[in-house]
Amino acid sequence: MIAARNARNVLIAGLLTFLVLLPVYTGVTGNYFLLTLFTRILILAMAATSLNLILGYGGMVSFGHAAYLGIGGYAIGILASEGVTSGFVQWPVALLVSALVALIVGLLCLRTRGVYFIMITLAFAQMVYYLGAGLARYGGDDGLTIYRRSQFGLLDLSHKTTFYYVCLALLMAAIYFVWRLVNSRFGMVIQGARSNERRMQSIGFPTFRYRLTCFVIAGTMCGLAGALLANHTDFVSPAMMYWTRSGDLIVMVVLGGMASSFGPLIGAVALLVLEEELSGITEYWQIILGPLLLLVVLFARRGIDGLLDPSAFSRSGSELAKGRP
Amino acid sequence: MLYFVEQCLNGVQLGMLLFLLAAGLTLIFGIMDLVNLAHGSLYMIGAYFAATFAALTDSFVLGAVLALLATLVVGMAVEVIAMRRLYGRDHLDHVLGTFGLILFFNELVRLIWGPAGLTLPLPGVLLTAVEVLPGVYYPLYRLVIIVATLMVALLLYIVVMRTRLGMLIRAGASNREMVGALGINIKLLYTFVFGLGAALAGFAGLMQAPILTVQIGMGENILIVAFVVIVIGGIGSIRGAFVASLFVGMVDTIGRAFFPDLLRLIVTKEAAATAAPALSSMLIYLLMAAVLVLRPEGLFPVSSK
Repeated sequence: MIAARNARNVLIAGLLTFLVLLPVYTGVTGNYFLLTLFTRILILAMAATSLNLILGYGGMVSFGHAAYLGIGGYAIGILASEGVTSGFVQWPVALLVSALVALIVGLLCLRTRGVYFIMITLAFAQMVYYLGAGLARYGGDDGLTIYRRSQFGLLDLSHKTTFYYVCLALLMAAIYFVWRLVNSRFGMVIQGARSNERRMQSIGFPTFRYRLTCFVIAGTMCGLAGALLANHTDFVSPAMMYWTRSGDLIVMVVLGGMASSFGPLIGAVALLVLEEELSGITEYWQIILGPLLLLVVLFARRGIDGLLDPSAFSRSGSELAKGRP
Repeated sequence: MLYFVEQCLNGVQLGMLLFLLAAGLTLIFGIMDLVNLAHGSLYMIGAYFAATFAALTDSFVLGAVLALLATLVVGMAVEVIAMRRLYGRDHLDHVLGTFGLILFFNELVRLIWGPAGLTLPLPGVLLTAVEVLPGVYYPLYRLVIIVATLMVALLLYIVVMRTRLGMLIRAGASNREMVGALGINIKLLYTFVFGLGAALAGFAGLMQAPILTVQIGMGENILIVAFVVIVIGGIGSIRGAFVASLFVGMVDTIGRAFFPDLLRLIVTKEAAATAAPALSSMLIYLLMAAVLVLRPEGLFPVSSK
């Protein structure tokens, strides 16, 4: 059991070392493809981390989380195309808009339970998707090219290595923040509401308010990931909030391990590296990925993190809603 | 006015199409408690089968019948191989597992039929338009869709409410353990219900195939609208699905047709032209949000659970 726990820690330590040292390797070999791929992985890992907060810890299965990626991204893109390139303006606006949308969506969605919640979050994400596709002034369906990345004074985001480290630092901050949050009193209430909301209410916690706050925090964090993604690709389009992208985020969270701090990062690395590898083997790589997902659901319910750490069963959230809703 | 009648008929036709998908989804959810995202894949497969079989047999009707049977078989195979293992699991598991199936089916279709879309030509008889009201001409094929779907809906009603099989299905929805304890082969029943849902989706796909291009991913957008329908109607209720399908079909079609004009009355022409396309595709989602705020369990909640 202790060996298993160590196996997990070794994996995480190894992964973090790899992530920190990657730019050194790419600097020596000039292999910038790898750096670009991993910048993307870090950004999506951040989005997955924010989803893990509500899905893994809070038991709120949001099937529309990619909407905040799009909102954060579009905030950057629209401001940039209107001539506002200062990051000190762009980023707070991106966060604020994401938070506001999450507040409105959360207010409506959190009234529902179970499968209704899954579907209404999906519907809201589609709504935002169509809104993006309808913005004819900002590219509509074709998307919007960003000609100048966010300006942060001396910090040059268009430098590949600098941008990579910015993403890594923000991701680590996000993981630390979520870890602190879920282990605080607030986090205990959220996790308590996941296990048995009625009981939490009887004890006297206004669970709706707690869950809504949690939902808004997750949306804001995902908006930040969206701002990073827009800067990474220099491009925003409605496709970044299409519903399959929300599905990808759920896959990352579950593949890595729900309700575990580094699970979303592990899941993002695993999924995107797997995609890269499989698409190298065959053009029809999704024919392998699809059944693989089904197998993970059936046999490795607690994800990679769970495989490495079979001891902490109660933390996994796999007990969650096992009975009928 | 003539335009309005035509748009109403379009709305009914869309509603009927949605009902075929929503009925299968809600049946599967109501009885097996399974969220099936891959339902749209069965719709797509039905359309591909129809296009292929119609080309092979040179007959639209024969192709349609063969496609329906083939989709039924595929649906039952999917149930036996994959879905069966997901019953009784968390809804999140259903979402993930069936999401995997969507990726699989999209890629499988691309492997077999190639990335280019197919078309399903209509027989000449169905290509004409009929005069539904004095001065209003409407394509015959779209009327055929409306009538055929109404007949399917009626058939479904008779099967579920008036036959022994339907009795077992309803019993399975309210208490599966008891049905099993009374000696009914519940596994077989589930396989059949899933196959029935698949056949309904396939029927929707093949009826729609001549109007749209048969292509990969065609099932995904319509699937989400079908989700909106069953959420509005109340998940698990076929009656709710029927009412909500018509409602959503009408709102979507009428909204797209007349919303831009309405908007022009309020704001400037340019602003209306910019905002209208986005707003009219958002209408049904706004409708769903409104329904859920007022009645979180949908319009026709199923109380048996």
